Amino acid sequence: MSGGWHAVRLQGLQRAATLLLLALTFLAAAAAGARAELVAALSNHLVAVSTGFSGTDVLLFGTTDGSGDVVVVVRGPDSVVTVHRKGRAWGIWMNEADLAFSKVPGFWSIASSRPIDSILADGVAEFHGLGLPWLQFEPLENTSQRRIAEFRDALIRTKQRAGLFSGEPRPIAFLGQRLFRTDIWIPANAPIGTYTVSVFLIRDGEVVSAETTPLVVGKVGFEARVFDFAQKQSLGYGVLAVLVAALAGWLASLAFRKG
Amino acid sequence: MDIYLPIAEMAVDVFVLLGLGALVGFLSGLFGIGGGFLTTPLLIFIGIPAPVAVATGANQIVAPSVSAVLAHWRRGNVDLRMGVALLIGGLIGSAIGVTVFAVLHRLAQLDVVIRIAYVLFLGVIGLLMLKESVQAMRRARQPVSRPKPPRTWLDALPLKVRFRRSRLYVSALLPIAIGMLVGVLAAILGVGGGFIMVPAMIYLLGMPSSVVVGTSLFQIIFVTAAVTIMQALTTQTVDVVLALLLITGSVVGAQFGVRAGTRLRGDQLRVLLAIIVLTVAGKLAYDLVATPLDLYSVGGVPEAR
Repeated sequence: MSGGWHAVRLQGLQRAATLLLLALTFLAAAAAGARAELVAALSNHLVAVSTGFSGTDVLLFGTTDGSGDVVVVVRGPDSVVTVHRKGRAWGIWMNEADLAFSKVPGFWSIASSRPIDSILADGVAEFHGLGLPWLQFEPLENTSQRRIAEFRDALIRTKQRAGLFSGEPRPIAFLGQRLFRTDIWIPANAPIGTYTVSVFLIRDGEVVSAETTPLVVGKVGFEARVFDFAQKQSLGYGVLAVLVAALAGWLASLAFRKG
Repeated sequence: MDIYLPIAEMAVDVFVLLGLGALVGFLSGLFGIGGGFLTTPLLIFIGIPAPVAVATGANQIVAPSVSAVLAHWRRGNVDLRMGVALLIGGLIGSAIGVTVFAVLHRLAQLDVVIRIAYVLFLGVIGLLMLKESVQAMRRARQPVSRPKPPRTWLDALPLKVRFRRSRLYVSALLPIAIGMLVGVLAAILGVGGGFIMVPAMIYLLGMPSSVVVGTSLFQIIFVTAAVTIMQALTTQTVDVVLALLLITGSVVGAQFGVRAGTRLRGDQLRVLLAIIVLTVAGKLAYDLVATPLDLYSVGGVPEAR
């Protein structure tokens, strides 16, 4: 019986503590809201990749609590990427060396209300990763700094050529003093996954406030179902792919025999 | 009009894919080849990731092969017994090919090995076909009977079987060996292998040209079906949407190809095929030796050429 009483009393204490915590959180939030330096939101948190998908713009808009510049960084899901270097062997170009990096974003772009160099103090861009040169990839083997730089540059160059990295900042427009907006371009070949959109408020060369919002690029409808089917029931998918192809061939043969 | 491919994870113009399918389908019907040796490089060329191009190429070949085999079947141009012998070899070969594929992939040398293999096989076969068909055209002006292929130690092999449609009495080991070679190629290069099998059946086995095309297509259906299922199981790189678009183009093209084939003479067909084969080989050879735009490449991102 006494065990039961203890349980009831403990529950009561827990409930009181939870209420107190909630109240504190509300107070903190209210205080933060009163002096919010930066508020930003996306027009859409899900980029739906379907049959007609050929890239899309997502609108980012927000306000600042006064003057200042805004920089936006969009970063796609990280993965491990291997960079190969070709060399000539018996007159033929073949892969002769490689280096793998982890923490390579599948997509990376930047936008700024003014040229980045003119609004940031020395070292700030590097610290916050505001620029392709400051992206931190981790090489998966111990090797010289020169070799890392060589393969890292090649990786950035290749991703830029594919339109997956953009070093040139896109513009951010200010509507009046405090309201800003920019379009985030998600290309057709952008990898699937969760992206992060980081908004930085910059004053006197320093980052004074930052906010990060997730953006999901995901397959929907028919595409999503085909992809899931191929991943989860590979054998059934393969057999079906063959049957569909054979059926198409048979139908064509019937159609042309009569025609 | 762009369409998003769910497995390749990229958007491609629908009409480019339909046109590509129609071209390959036409050649498939005309020559009795799967056309994969064109489909796979062309898909890679428009930016489809190589593994998806190889696996989907194999899937696509099934459709024009089925419709062409049915057309040949109605004309009585399929030697079923020979086809089954080729198929047994083909299944063994594709299993070997898949293993080799995986090893090369690990070593990051898959791309270059695929290209070298294409250049060697297409180059040798293209030259042989060109030489033979030019000789045949010269002979046609002063008619002489078709030379029988030389029979040597091949006649001494055991397991002799009578292939009635082909009017042959040879060892079953011969078509099995040919089928095996073709199966290896199917898995590694994403091709049906008709461009190897057709000449081998004519010059090595001495089969009559009339049954060669239908019989090779019969074997190609099953070997490419097996490769498709294996790729779907191990790499999940078969893109059904891409395959269906290619198929839509190719089934139409294949019918026109079969019709055009009945109007052209055999030796003319072979000169034409030899020229196409040599052109593809030449382009691939050039890409191997020409200095690439960028010495570096990144896995999963299309290369600059």
